[in-house]
Amino acid sequence: MLFAKLSASATTPALLLMAAIFAASAWVMPAWLAFLLTLAFSKALVVLGVVIQMRAGLVSFGQALFYCVGGYGVGLASQYLGVSDAFALLALGTLAAIVLALICGWLLTRYRDIFYAMLTLALSMILYGILVKSSALGSTDGFNVSPPSFLGWVPEGDAIKRTLYLLTVGVSAIVALGFHSFMVSGLGRVTEAVRENEIRVEYLGLSPQRMLFANYVLAAGLSALGGGLTAMASGHIDPDMAFWTTSGEFVFIAILGGTGHVAAPFIGAIVFSVIRTFAIQEAPNTWQMTLGVILLALVLFLPKGLWSLVERSKKREASA
Amino acid sequence: MKSKLRISHHTLRLSVIAATLVLSTTMSTSANAADNGKYRIGVVTFLSGAAAGPFGVPAANSARLIVEALNNGKVPAPYAKKGINGLEIEMVLLDENGGATKQTEEFRNLVQRQKVDAVIGYISSGDCLAIAPAAEELGVPTIFFDCGTSKVFEVVKNPKFLFRTGLDAVVDNIAAARYVAETRPNIKTIAGIEQNYSWGQESWADFSQAFGRIKPEIKVVSEQWPKLGQGQYGAEISALSVANPDLIHSSFWGGDMEALMLQGGARGLFDKKTVVLTGGETGMEHFKGQVANGTILGGRGPFGAFSPKNALNDWFRPAFVAQFKESPTYPAYKMAQAILGLKSAAEKSAKPGVMPSTDQVIQGLAGLSYEAPSGTVKMARSNGHQAVQSISFGEYQFDAKSGKATLSNVKTYAGECVMPPDGTVNADWIKAGFPGAKCN
Amino acid sequence: MTTLIAILIDGAIYASWLFLVAAGMTIIYGVMRVLNMAHGSFYAIGAYSAASLVSWYFSSDQGNPYWSLLILPACAIVAGAIIGLFIEQGLLRFLHGRDEILMVIVTYALMLILEDATKLIWGVNPYFAYQPYKLLGQTGFGEHLRFANYDLMLIGIAIVIGLVAWAALNRTNKGRLLRAVIHDREIAIAMGVNVNAMFAATFVIGAILGALAGALTAPAISVSPGIGVEVIVLAFAVIVIGGLGSIGGAAAGALLVGLARSFAVHIAPEIELFVIYGVMFLVLAIRPQGLFGQTLARRI
Repeated sequence: MLFAKLSASATTPALLLMAAIFAASAWVMPAWLAFLLTLAFSKALVVLGVVIQMRAGLVSFGQALFYCVGGYGVGLASQYLGVSDAFALLALGTLAAIVLALICGWLLTRYRDIFYAMLTLALSMILYGILVKSSALGSTDGFNVSPPSFLGWVPEGDAIKRTLYLLTVGVSAIVALGFHSFMVSGLGRVTEAVRENEIRVEYLGLSPQRMLFANYVLAAGLSALGGGLTAMASGHIDPDMAFWTTSGEFVFIAILGGTGHVAAPFIGAIVFSVIRTFAIQEAPNTWQMTLGVILLALVLFLPKGLWSLVERSKKREASA
Repeated sequence: MKSKLRISHHTLRLSVIAATLVLSTTMSTSANAADNGKYRIGVVTFLSGAAAGPFGVPAANSARLIVEALNNGKVPAPYAKKGINGLEIEMVLLDENGGATKQTEEFRNLVQRQKVDAVIGYISSGDCLAIAPAAEELGVPTIFFDCGTSKVFEVVKNPKFLFRTGLDAVVDNIAAARYVAETRPNIKTIAGIEQNYSWGQESWADFSQAFGRIKPEIKVVSEQWPKLGQGQYGAEISALSVANPDLIHSSFWGGDMEALMLQGGARGLFDKKTVVLTGGETGMEHFKGQVANGTILGGRGPFGAFSPKNALNDWFRPAFVAQFKESPTYPAYKMAQAILGLKSAAEKSAKPGVMPSTDQVIQGLAGLSYEAPSGTVKMARSNGHQAVQSISFGEYQFDAKSGKATLSNVKTYAGECVMPPDGTVNADWIKAGFPGAKCN
Repeated sequence: MTTLIAILIDGAIYASWLFLVAAGMTIIYGVMRVLNMAHGSFYAIGAYSAASLVSWYFSSDQGNPYWSLLILPACAIVAGAIIGLFIEQGLLRFLHGRDEILMVIVTYALMLILEDATKLIWGVNPYFAYQPYKLLGQTGFGEHLRFANYDLMLIGIAIVIGLVAWAALNRTNKGRLLRAVIHDREIAIAMGVNVNAMFAATFVIGAILGALAGALTAPAISVSPGIGVEVIVLAFAVIVIGGLGSIGGAAAGALLVGLARSFAVHIAPEIELFVIYGVMFLVLAIRPQGLFGQTLARRI
């Protein structure tokens, strides 16, 4: 039933096609562009975590917590446990984040709205404080992550960054497909219902708190994946990964892309990276203001993000 | 507010992505490859955030001054040749703000998209540690001009492309410990107030260990660790007052340092105590009468108010004051010597008028000894990739009538006296009693 | 013993500062349901204007230095009113009644814009206005402990503002109308209360309070880029602990956090970084809406 639904929609083949195009262009695109896209896609995974919670009606201002846990998980495992395989590193980082989410989510999902946002922010700032205080972990300097191996194969030279790029594209594709099927599944649909009216969902016999908890843990895992991939690509982790302005960036991209479709965070992340690099280059003293103006314009005129541009044309097609 | 799109969503999606790629490629071609006959250097320093005022902006100003003067042949000998090796210098200035991950991205952009011939920059230790492996990987001459972390040449053990023309921060506090031991023999108790991050943590560790080694009988009576950027130190000042140490050490910088001196001074914290500010030289023009005479200040080397009298300094200092209306502090000096070092290295073996190759630059700079406004810079450690210079400490004196701040009782410590040998961990060298130190 | 006195007085001073910073934010939230992330920027603008004006005053040697103490609040009122009106009338007026989280994001964007705006106007170099700080002298406790009377004055100012706010809300007609609007906006509109004017006035008052906190702090610090961003998270924590929208809550929250932090710095420095979040978690775990927050009925 699920497969029938998946193949019926145009999304799955489109996603696979896009993934293939991005992967194939790894050999032709300039190295700096591949690096930009690697970081953008990893960020998009974290943003997907924010989007998952937004669809449930909760805005997380502390998603950087799991982003940081994923990154530090990869870094610490690589440095102190001697793990060098990329997949093992990602798995360890994600596992650490999921365990943390299981503990925190139980408390956090009892709150809504502003309190949820503030508590998630507080948690991420607590982690920031712990990391900054710890000179054993390098405090604000953080430490470097050596390039990983891939199931025994160690790439050399250019191939290092290219393989990481391909890994990121691959993980993003799998996550995107998975999230798409999640969105159309039972849990996904009920989550949106929770956003609309929680009490009625209770009356239907379901537990909104359990739904939100599941969403929270799922979001945490995805964010940790993003953090781990970033750590491996940039080769460096530091406590800034947990700072609240990092979370603010993720929320910005979530709004930029919109919550309507799984591709939206990816498009948002790419556009954001391009805008930011461009803004820093052209207006080095006012790039924050540029971002603020863009965010304001989006919120006022395009509240459902860039994806709403696509949806409007889709609706027009359908009605035509 | 309603948009009038009439294209199918497949096409729209593909065109969004195509547009992104096109935009990016136009951005890449808009910054030409450095095949335009100019020597392109990327300069990265703080242009926004708390570190901009005290460090980043003086450094950026110094870079602008030096590059312009070099291009016009105005710098005194031995740098009279135009630009670098006769080629005009083109500078790309970037903001170091935004975190280490973003800086690695921008570094790769600088090298791969904007095709710079060399990169000079980085004040934050975190950024330096993140960039160091990337510099070696991308094979571009990279000069760290300011960051002090001792870990740079641990992270990159056999540097080829990476250089540091500034000093390792460990010299700040070993020299400070020696200065205090020599000038204030009656100190029995010490306390530290440091910003709670790697810079503050390492500074205090170096100082308390070094001073404790030189004078084992002293006691640490208080350690205060406010957040970086906290700005208000009411509780910390109270705690220090109650502990009443003979000496207060602080590695504070920028706004935090000035706030601490102001608040502490207003509450009499520093009365009858010795105060050591390892980064105090940057504040000399602002302190005025707020800071007591006799406060011990450091400039992280022979920079700023500690700089010697030589032909280059005689040109540099007035030129800087004339253009930027304030005296050059240590970041300005450090940036100047980074650029002059690059120029020296490039011109050592390259034929005049020809673009120096990367190999010529890195071979020229390794082990080089060259002149700067701060004196002679010897690239003598870490296989010729780390600079060695002396470091000075002195006491602040403010003359209320003339409004001028000067330094008295200046003592200078040779690099060989306060730097651990290659491959030795700071803490071990200190604990062993500084074996092999050549002090005068 | 001296340590105990130090803890109490440090706690009170820090609590007063927190209260001054948080009061404006909690008023704005209580009345307009807007969690103003740009509040830190009001603080920064207040600090910068005060610092500029005070250093001008002293550099041109205008006269009695004690006037500088009046310049500080005057600056704050003018700066706060201008920027508050500008934002409220120029932007927020069109967004009344929108989703709360949306307003958080709008004010976050405003914060980004104002951060760079202050940098453009005042530059990146630090400003100083230290003369008023030393003006009032010191008070000593025991052999070594001394406090600047300026800081002790802040405690007085915080108490006065708290009392004035309480009196305004509970003893004046306008205050009663405001409380009605806080309690139920729809019915207030239906009863003919000019809610839009109340919103504008509230936002301006909140901005003035934020600017006042900055202006009063300016003499003690070096006013440089980024001071606004630092206070936002602190202010949030305080008003969440105290209960969103409640002035009494802001005072209670400030006192709690102030004393806890002071205790941590003197006795238990390892927990100092977490003390504010720890208190927040504790309070919210026991009383999810904060100490003095209203329990809202869930609407079906």
